[in-house]
Amino acid sequence: MAANFDLNDDSVVVIVGSGAGGGTLGNELAQAGVKTVILEAGGRHEIEDFSNDEWGMFSQISWLDPRTTSGSWRVATDFSGLPAWIVKAVGGSTVHWAGASLRFQEHEFRVRTEYGDVPGANLLDWPITLSEMEPWYARAEDKMGVTRTNNIPGLPGCNNFLVMEAGAKALGYQECHTGRMAINSEPRDGRGACQQIGFCFQGCQSGAKWSTLYAEIPKGEETGNLEVRPNAQVLRIEHDASGKATGVVYADADGNQHMQSARVVCVAGNSIESPRLLLNSASSMFPDGLANSSGQVGRNYMRHMTGSVYGVFDRPVNMYRGTTMAGIITDESKNDPSRGFVGGYEMETLSLGLPFMAAFLDPGSWGREFASAMEMYDHMAGMWLVGEDMPQESNAITLHPSMTDQHGLPIPNVHFDDHPNDVAMRNHAFTQGSAVYDAVGATRTFPTPPYPSTHNLGTNRMSEKARDGVVNKWGQTHDVANLFVSDGSQFTTGASENPTLTIVALAVRQADHIASEMAAGNL
Amino acid sequence: MRTLDKRVKLSRRSVLGAGGASLMALSVLPTGMIVGPDSAWAVTAEALKPESFATLVQMSRDIYPHDRLADKFYAAAVQSFDAAAAASEDDKTLFENGVIGLDAAAMGAHGVPYAQVGWEIDRVALLRGMEKSGFFQRVRGSLVTGIYNNQEVWPLFGYEGESASKGGYIDRGFNDIDWLDQV
Ligand SMILES: Cc1cc2nc3c(=O)[nH]c(=O)nc-3n(C[C@H](O)[C@H](O)[C@H](O)COP(=O)(O)OP(=O)(O)OC[C@H]3O[C@@H](n4cnc5c(N)ncnc54)[C@H](O)[C@@H]3O)c2cc1C
Ligand code: SF4
Repeated sequence: MAANFDLNDDSVVVIVGSGAGGGTLGNELAQAGVKTVILEAGGRHEIEDFSNDEWGMFSQISWLDPRTTSGSWRVATDFSGLPAWIVKAVGGSTVHWAGASLRFQEHEFRVRTEYGDVPGANLLDWPITLSEMEPWYARAEDKMGVTRTNNIPGLPGCNNFLVMEAGAKALGYQECHTGRMAINSEPRDGRGACQQIGFCFQGCQSGAKWSTLYAEIPKGEETGNLEVRPNAQVLRIEHDASGKATGVVYADADGNQHMQSARVVCVAGNSIESPRLLLNSASSMFPDGLANSSGQVGRNYMRHMTGSVYGVFDRPVNMYRGTTMAGIITDESKNDPSRGFVGGYEMETLSLGLPFMAAFLDPGSWGREFASAMEMYDHMAGMWLVGEDMPQESNAITLHPSMTDQHGLPIPNVHFDDHPNDVAMRNHAFTQGSAVYDAVGATRTFPTPPYPSTHNLGTNRMSEKARDGVVNKWGQTHDVANLFVSDGSQFTTGASENPTLTIVALAVRQADHIASEMAAGNL
Repeated sequence: MRTLDKRVKLSRRSVLGAGGASLMALSVLPTGMIVGPDSAWAVTAEALKPESFATLVQMSRDIYPHDRLADKFYAAAVQSFDAAAAASEDDKTLFENGVIGLDAAAMGAHGVPYAQVGWEIDRVALLRGMEKSGFFQRVRGSLVTGIYNNQEVWPLFGYEGESASKGGYIDRGFNDIDWLDQV
């Protein structure tokens, strides 16, 4: 039975957010016998509430609180009020995610050493290595049921993948398969196999895709140690005179404010809301925001180098039939500076339905050129390009000087400029992506600009030294011993892989650490 | 591979009436009703002037020109502007003033109102000239969903939409592409 804790119970661990980081951490702590409350800003929408409707699901559960944008990135022009696509609901963005689950490469934990000094980039090595992470990756892959690990077969290739695979072969790429996906290719963990429904971004109606909503949180609740409180948006973190966190203030569905006491606070609101919460928690003791002695809270915002290529063919493809993202070429993910940039990128199949294609193929464009592209919708194949972007101090989440949200708190501004390395990588990726489709006889290809950010990273980064970042190797803030960061904002650098497997592995590892530190009386 | 029948299903009535080009084929009746070329559909403008409604239909087609989409799909999108105009004076002013500006530009360049400019390329040139305006951006932005999120048009683009209730595509062609060995 799900627990129900008192607001004054100061023995609980409070987690802010129930997505990849928070939802996993909550279950793991509960399994370890730790009393835990997850406060989630969004509502609880179960699988029965999902529909195969792109705009319908988007408006039902996306984070649509006001945000502003600045900087030279194209998203600021195309989607000025929507810098990121993040879910506001129990399960967080794991309700809408595609499921690609890749480990980082060894060198991606130490890129300052590997790439050297890249002008304008605030590069830093992670305070952890791949070999330290390997056992946690293994646990994460097992709990998420990642295909091509743990003897789980790969998913069958859909039309979109078969086009990619044919192009990859023709170009001589060596590594092309249907991915390592947290999607059941056969029944596992009480959930069925993928039915190739094709609306992974709208919430998986078969439950084949891993999400904290139904694959983690209910298990935690069963222990009797976990309470998930939906419609509870945390506004600030409180601390005592000694600088220890004492709890959080949140607003319920009616806007009424409550204080939940806590022994430990873990922030997992994704990389825009997590730093915003720390900044909004400024006090006379911490005038620049909580845990911000380094001045790095909100900085080094990363969103991955992204872009897409859609290819049009003379014959039909019907890419929308089947798994949204289940196909990958990994050949370009190595670090090979002879290509004109450091780091690498992945090429992953992607399909959008007609409504989203209209919005994202070439935002703002119109006329016969655009319409003729849309008319070839069923003859299109598509891929997403995702690579390592450079952390830059000036790419930052900051508090808006005048605009406030429904709770009267400053809204976040998201500032981003592409680094020259990001631009060089994107151009290379556009060329290679088009080449894949040209090799299969594409009659037209579209280098499609970035969508609102789905991978939001780095704004409370992990560092060995307190002056370089916000949290240590356990995600514990350098400044406040009982305050942790448990989401992708911990990332020191972004690597070329999709981030969620690493977020989950870090959360499992962090839960283990918190539970043992609590048992030892250190927390 | 399983492909869709993308032909527009014509009712007998619309077959009889077909043949007229969309351009200026909309008629505005004295009652304020806007009637399609084949009388196959008709709408009544609630807040916008009927002439403005008809102009917006033409403008919408020029923004996202799909020759296989009948006017009624564009009219359906414009109905949402009409609803917005009914709900907000500001929106009503935005649309009405926008149409006035568009007609003025057309009169200046071609001596006729926008909807009577004969060639699409000339109408598009007028639109390019006002591309940055709030009016144009509002119309274009709303059409992205007004046209492409209308389930009735999906089959014409070969998009099947909702699939969960049919068991997904696992037995319905998720991997039925059959020409890759021929390239
Ligand atoms: C369409 C889409 C496809 C994606 N595909 C992939 C993929 O294939 N592979 C991959 O690795 N990643 C993918 N991602 C990214 C992935 O979803 C995120 O990396 C991951 O979910 C981030 O985890 P998180 O815990 O940081 O945040 P989230 O999962 O976003 O969870 C944050 C939660 O915190 C809540 N919250 C925020 N602020 C507050 C507050 N103040 N009080 C209370 N609650 C709060 C939010 O409502 C939200 O529920 C995708 C994302 C999207 C949108
Ligand atoms: S394609 Fe598979 S994973 Fe995606 S929504 Fe459908 S059943 Fe779920």
